Amino acid sequence: MAILIKGGQVIDPGRVNGPADVLIDNGKILAVGQNLAPPAGKPGPSATIIDARGKLVLPGLVDLHVHLREPGFEYKETIQTGTAAAVAGGFTSVCCMPNTSPVNDNQSITEFILEQARAAGNAHVFPVGAITKGSEGKELAEIGELRDAGCVAISDDGQPVVNSLIMRRAMEYALAFDLPVIDHCEDLQLAEGGCMNEGLVSTQLGLPGIPSAAEDVMVARNLALAELTKARLHLAHLSTAGSVRMVRAAKSRGIRVTAEVCPHHFSLTEEAVRGFNTHAKMNPPLRTWQDVQAIKEGLRDGTIDVIATDHAPHAVQDKQQQFAAAPNGIVGLETALPLTLALVEEGVLSLEAAVAKLTAEPARAFGLSKGSLAPGADADVVVVDPEAHWEVDPARFRSKSRNTPFAGWKVKGRVITTIVAGRVVYDAA
Amino acid sequence: MSLKRKDLVSIASLTPDEITLILETADSFKEVSGREIKKVPALRGKTVVNLFFEPSTRTRTSFELAAKRLSADVINFSPSSSSVVKGETLLDTARNIEAMQADIIVLRHPDAGAAETLATGVKSSVINAGDGWHEHPTQALLDLFTMREKNLNFKGLRVAIVGDIAHSRVARSNIFALSKLGAEIRAVGPPTMIPVHLDRLGARVYYDLNEALRGVDVIMMLRLQLERQGRALFPSIREYSRLYGLTAERVRLAEAGALVMHPGPVNRGVEMAPEVADSFSSVILDQVANGVAIRMGILYLLSGAN
Amino acid sequence: MPTDGPMITQDKKEEKLVMDASEVARAVTRIAHEVLERNKGIREIALVGIRTGGVHLAHRLARRIQEIERAQVPIGELDITLYRDDLAIRKDQPVLRRTSIPFNVSDLKIILVDDVLFTGRTIRAAMDGLIDLGRPAEIQLAVLVDRGHRQLPIKANYIGKNIPTSREEIVHVYLEEEGEEDRVVLLKNAGGGVR
Repeated sequence: MAILIKGGQVIDPGRVNGPADVLIDNGKILAVGQNLAPPAGKPGPSATIIDARGKLVLPGLVDLHVHLREPGFEYKETIQTGTAAAVAGGFTSVCCMPNTSPVNDNQSITEFILEQARAAGNAHVFPVGAITKGSEGKELAEIGELRDAGCVAISDDGQPVVNSLIMRRAMEYALAFDLPVIDHCEDLQLAEGGCMNEGLVSTQLGLPGIPSAAEDVMVARNLALAELTKARLHLAHLSTAGSVRMVRAAKSRGIRVTAEVCPHHFSLTEEAVRGFNTHAKMNPPLRTWQDVQAIKEGLRDGTIDVIATDHAPHAVQDKQQQFAAAPNGIVGLETALPLTLALVEEGVLSLEAAVAKLTAEPARAFGLSKGSLAPGADADVVVVDPEAHWEVDPARFRSKSRNTPFAGWKVKGRVITTIVAGRVVYDAA
Repeated sequence: MSLKRKDLVSIASLTPDEITLILETADSFKEVSGREIKKVPALRGKTVVNLFFEPSTRTRTSFELAAKRLSADVINFSPSSSSVVKGETLLDTARNIEAMQADIIVLRHPDAGAAETLATGVKSSVINAGDGWHEHPTQALLDLFTMREKNLNFKGLRVAIVGDIAHSRVARSNIFALSKLGAEIRAVGPPTMIPVHLDRLGARVYYDLNEALRGVDVIMMLRLQLERQGRALFPSIREYSRLYGLTAERVRLAEAGALVMHPGPVNRGVEMAPEVADSFSSVILDQVANGVAIRMGILYLLSGAN
Repeated sequence: MPTDGPMITQDKKEEKLVMDASEVARAVTRIAHEVLERNKGIREIALVGIRTGGVHLAHRLARRIQEIERAQVPIGELDITLYRDDLAIRKDQPVLRRTSIPFNVSDLKIILVDDVLFTGRTIRAAMDGLIDLGRPAEIQLAVLVDRGHRQLPIKANYIGKNIPTSREEIVHVYLEEEGEEDRVVLLKNAGGGVR
């Protein structure tokens, strides 16, 4: 069945930015251009027409960093609910982190995830495999097998690889498959069990702080190892001004590094923790205004390639604990787009650059053939009303979890229709 | 005026007027504690639960005595490590206690913010008896009460707080309270024990104890948590004691008649020389006695019908 | 403020003078004489004023007794707040004032002094408070005004003036010690809420 999206403003970063129609057939993009008509031989009712006047028509968004919690933590999220949240937020491709239970460090877990994703039939799911067995930082996981099973990158996620030699070997080994190595940059000794940014607010609240240096020293180490090994390094959820500075310098020297930031790290500061708000507890923690400015500058000048959500669902009872006991993370799939569009309003990014950081750039970082509306590409498309004002209401989330610090925020820009492989999987109307 | 709040979780959330009200109320209870029959019927029929996730005989006993002198029924509840291991959350535990019709829950917990979390989760009044490094409001109030009782005026009062400020809820509550009341606060300790941006809380930071003590009206010593030695905060107890221990000589650097305070229990010979702890300047035992009066005052003020 | 009257929340009330300054003075003098007569002098008696109005009256009474007998009577101040029977049902707790009784009440004849006797609940609380301090030989009660409407079986030994009132009316005792001209007035509570 064909779909014709008519009259919208198409933004396909680097290719198209202006009014155009998008024609989809057989799950692929057939054409993008002016005054397109349904394909010959498929007249009338067999083609769906979507009126996109006043709307943005974008490649389906790509999220390099989500936690779908399955297997092991299905009470927080499942692949079904997580991908439903993804398409509601405009994401047609998500890369899920391996910190499930058991950890995704072998083929059978990867295959299970892909099977569940197929059954859910929402977004494309690209698993990320573990760097080390059980993410224990000791022995390398069977990275070749993980790649063959469908993993697109490797990461030990919240258990950063402490041992620099293991990290070096992982990077070298991954070179054989040209797999990106992702690191959550945190020196755990320096972080010393902290649960928020070390700063004025931690001093006032008496909460153990994580200094920004805990991130910076690991970013520095990883950049040095990337330079040594020539591996593809992807730095997850950067939060500090120091990280941005070092990545900028590394890129200028030709080191193969890509970097992501999360919407909460450019939308909030440590101030959000006041009142021991566990919905403002994440790792890396919310930092200071200066860090937020540095991240915005990094986004603007291209140091930061990617905006990813670090979608981390947790059940109500998980977060309804004293701050130190509550788990890290927030859900992000259903709020990322408007929070990113706010950067456009603010003048940090052009609309096209903002879209690129949610589509073409993440696809490029992990080598996914996604994030584009080129003819022949998979027909993953999202239609967005850029002028729609709405209030974030966690009760309406598709995600199984509600843990967001953005509840009640008045935001602008709403997903109207999400199409995955030529099929409408989400329709707000 | 009256205390129009359900809970007492922090000094940071109190107004100077509320602090004054609590001190004045405690004044009346000090008189009760001096009577032959040290009991009044004000909290007859009310139930106070001491919920202590950390051992603290002193604070618990002080609250227990305060509640009993007000004729409340008191239950001491120290959740065993087993229920914590079983995955029972703080709120689970507290809701169980609330189901037993507790009117006031006195909470001691190793995590900062536990009292605030509990207060928003239960209908009972919650009194913070110490949460992690965050606050220990009743300690600060009894310290203020003791200073006031010695006829000190808070405005412009020079107070040195000495020790591990970073990991001290007593220091935090006192800094919040004293700065609200217009005192001049000097925070003294090795840089490893001074949290970032402490100056923005209204305390001037000193690394040299002798310099900091010059001309102060009150010397408030903090207890050194000896188990922190392994965490590279200080090289040895010997060196800590030499640099930051309060000796009789050092007391002489302060104003004549300056008060020496300590929240207890004192590590004699570590943060304080024994002769200082027992000296005329020391008001450590007054602090203990005043603790009961302050806690009676707070229990009374929070005991209104919910 | 009367310590035993309902407090009202309204602005405009009809006010009626029931005792002027000279009547208040004469009532205190008469009570002083009655106390001396009943107790055959001042041996073993002590005055305890109930905060706040009763304290001022107790001091006046002590002065009058001293003028008559040329000797001092021990005097104390009692705050009955902690003994009130409505603490458990009030939302905000009333402000406490310090009790100050600088003598041992045991074996003394204690004369409680208050400004207005109304329901009797304050006096019940005061008696409980006194007994917590020791075992008085006797407790007597002196009031400037008895306005009736008792809710407890309590009766004053010395009364400045009986004033018939309706339940809703308010008796207000003004005293010089609080910066007012001595007088007692009756307020017709025209629809104001009693709390």
